[in-house]
Amino acid sequence: MADTGNHDAFVEFKRVQKSYDGENLVVKDLNLSMPRGEFLTMLGPSGSGKTTCLMMLAGFETATHGEILLGGTSINNIPPHKRGIGMVFQNYALFPHMTVAENLSFPLEVRKLGKSEREAKVKRALDMVQMGAFGGRRPAQLSGGQQQRIALARALVFEPELVLMDEPLGALDKQLREHMQFEITRLAHELGITTVYVTHDQTEALTMSDRVAVFDDGRIQQLAPPDQLYEAPENSFVAQFIGENNTLEGVVTSISGDTCVITLDDGEEIDAVPVNVHNVGDRTKVSIRPERVEFNKDRLHADAHTLKAKVLEFIYMGDIFRFRLSVAGNDEFIVKTRNAPDAIKLAPGQDIEIGWLPQDCRALDA
Amino acid sequence: MSDATQSGPVLAADGTPLKRSLARSLRVQKMRAMALIAPLLIFVLISFIFPIGKMLFKSVQNDIVEQTLPLTVQQLNQWDATTGELPDEALYAAFVADMVVAIDAKKHTRLGTRLNYEQTGMSSLFRKSGRKIKRLDPETDGPFKDKLIKIDKKWGEVETWSVIKTHSVKITNGYFLNAVDMQRTPEGAQAQPEDKRILIKLFQRTLIMSLIITCSCIMLSYPVAWLLANLPARSANMLMILVLLPFWTSLLVRTSAWKVMLQQQGVINETLVWLGLVADDSRLALINNATGTIIAMTHILLPFMILPMYSVMRTIQPTYLRAAKSMGATNWTAFWRVYFPLSVPGIGAGSILVFILAIGYYITPEIVGGTKGVFISNRIAYHISSSLNWGLAAALGSILLAVVLLLYWCYDKIVGIDNVKLG
Repeated sequence: MADTGNHDAFVEFKRVQKSYDGENLVVKDLNLSMPRGEFLTMLGPSGSGKTTCLMMLAGFETATHGEILLGGTSINNIPPHKRGIGMVFQNYALFPHMTVAENLSFPLEVRKLGKSEREAKVKRALDMVQMGAFGGRRPAQLSGGQQQRIALARALVFEPELVLMDEPLGALDKQLREHMQFEITRLAHELGITTVYVTHDQTEALTMSDRVAVFDDGRIQQLAPPDQLYEAPENSFVAQFIGENNTLEGVVTSISGDTCVITLDDGEEIDAVPVNVHNVGDRTKVSIRPERVEFNKDRLHADAHTLKAKVLEFIYMGDIFRFRLSVAGNDEFIVKTRNAPDAIKLAPGQDIEIGWLPQDCRALDA
Repeated sequence: MSDATQSGPVLAADGTPLKRSLARSLRVQKMRAMALIAPLLIFVLISFIFPIGKMLFKSVQNDIVEQTLPLTVQQLNQWDATTGELPDEALYAAFVADMVVAIDAKKHTRLGTRLNYEQTGMSSLFRKSGRKIKRLDPETDGPFKDKLIKIDKKWGEVETWSVIKTHSVKITNGYFLNAVDMQRTPEGAQAQPEDKRILIKLFQRTLIMSLIITCSCIMLSYPVAWLLANLPARSANMLMILVLLPFWTSLLVRTSAWKVMLQQQGVINETLVWLGLVADDSRLALINNATGTIIAMTHILLPFMILPMYSVMRTIQPTYLRAAKSMGATNWTAFWRVYFPLSVPGIGAGSILVFILAIGYYITPEIVGGTKGVFISNRIAYHISSSLNWGLAAALGSILLAVVLLLYWCYDKIVGIDNVKLG
């Protein structure tokens, strides 16, 4: 997981550690490198160290150990205002005593740009986020979504090469958030800027990013493109954290190349892909995505393993059906199926057989 | 179908107009609220608004002359002081008649005191003449003109009668004219003689020194308030206790402490001499002058500046500064362009508070101010308790109140009172 020695890296963390109290490490040995133009998301639960990493990159926190490089040069001792990094804050941090245009003009003024140049750039930035008509307003007169756009425009107006965003969409409602996710990625790609985006919302991370770094306990648990992260989680934290996941616990009984057999705690056997189990006898958590579970026997592979299950609950969600099953002692086993014309509606209490392709079932650390 | 589609007034379910039934339903609530504040309201009305109103009215009230000398005032109205001739016998007769009644009621000395504010000597004139006029019979002993002049030759001076005439009006502007170093004369309002003009100077000094005190409070409080707002909670609490400590000490004790500190042989001078910064024979005069008042009052009013500043600064999110820095602003620019403007409401609130408190301050200037460091309030106190010229005291107080209200109004126009946050 450690990308070291990447010469094309634009942003690079080298063995970075951070401690606030001298007793606990908030960030433990962080190694990360980003090429120019990438949209990278730091995803993780609160307290996982992702925001600290962002603040170290912005220069508001100092690394206790290690080196942070920007464009090949160490920025450890460069104060924030000389780093030239655009930043969008969680609460937008728009200056309430300035109008929208003055807010945008601020970074240009401190760069001592001429008046006409400033006005042109402010106008262009406002048009970019479709807020051209709002230059004279105060931030307090704008809705949350509009403030968000202004904050984005302000971070981009001085044309930084790197933009950091700290949970910028957290305060918006769902529909607006989805729209802004699209807007932000579109702008980032159009302008070719490198973006580091921090969020705890995994949907946001999956839909927006080129790569996602999943943080937990001060470490990057996995750094991968969204599809890989979802389909091939490398450990059970990532499997649990990203998307919905079913876990079954058991012991490895045999390993042969890229398949292994797991004996579940209730004695049943299943096939799985060994990801980070190495020895026979290891305890393991097997991870299966709810939409990869099949209970329509016609669609199951002939050689697929099947398990007995009991339907506990049926939840109608419109586009999908969601079933809660009891499988091998796990009462929280979720199965999802598309609301298609031929979809089977299972009734609670029904006994069924379920199965999946061996490659969809991953044996991870216990 | 629904109420909204009807034309005309909207009706409640029982057919009465909605406005009326809303008012009825709110009436009980309003009465309950009124009942809750009634005790305080009545207390404030009886013990504060009413006495202050009465006191302020004293600044124009002047019915003592007409009440004590009703017949004389009638006669004086017909007399023209500008001719330079003494009034005729009718007036003297009326005066004696009035005086006999007044002496009986022992009111003539009060009139003398009142007129003495305008012209020194009037008090003793009324007191001395009173004893002799008492023996006269207004019915039989006339003519009185020469008798009175014999009693005291001042009764034969035009000026005496002119003063009585000038101040015989019921509602007078005399006290206000006095308050701004002018006087009421038969020829209209005129400036006081040079040596009596002290009040305007005192007003100016009060305003200028209050301004200096406010400025020094701003300078000293800003860093403290900033620290309070930005330190971690535990250290901030400690600092807060230090800020509030003076509140828990008596004002007199604190002021007296300054007396100890600032004297010629006091702690500060001794230290400076010991350090060799000041020669022993040229110790700094830090007390009984304006410097003493400024130092002591700045210290005493400091919390009133720190607290509003702190409460405003606490609401300024640290992300504003971070945002400014991320956009390329240096620490100074971020402070000056972002933090400072956002903290201005706190400075405004503190300044209003400190300035208004300072302008009416009394105890501290009295103790450490000497003669060069006293405020207009000390003069008001003097007129209330020593010279007993309550009319002038009331006029000075009214002017002070008007100045404060005017400044408040200006502040509202320039800064906007809704920009002021006290917490």
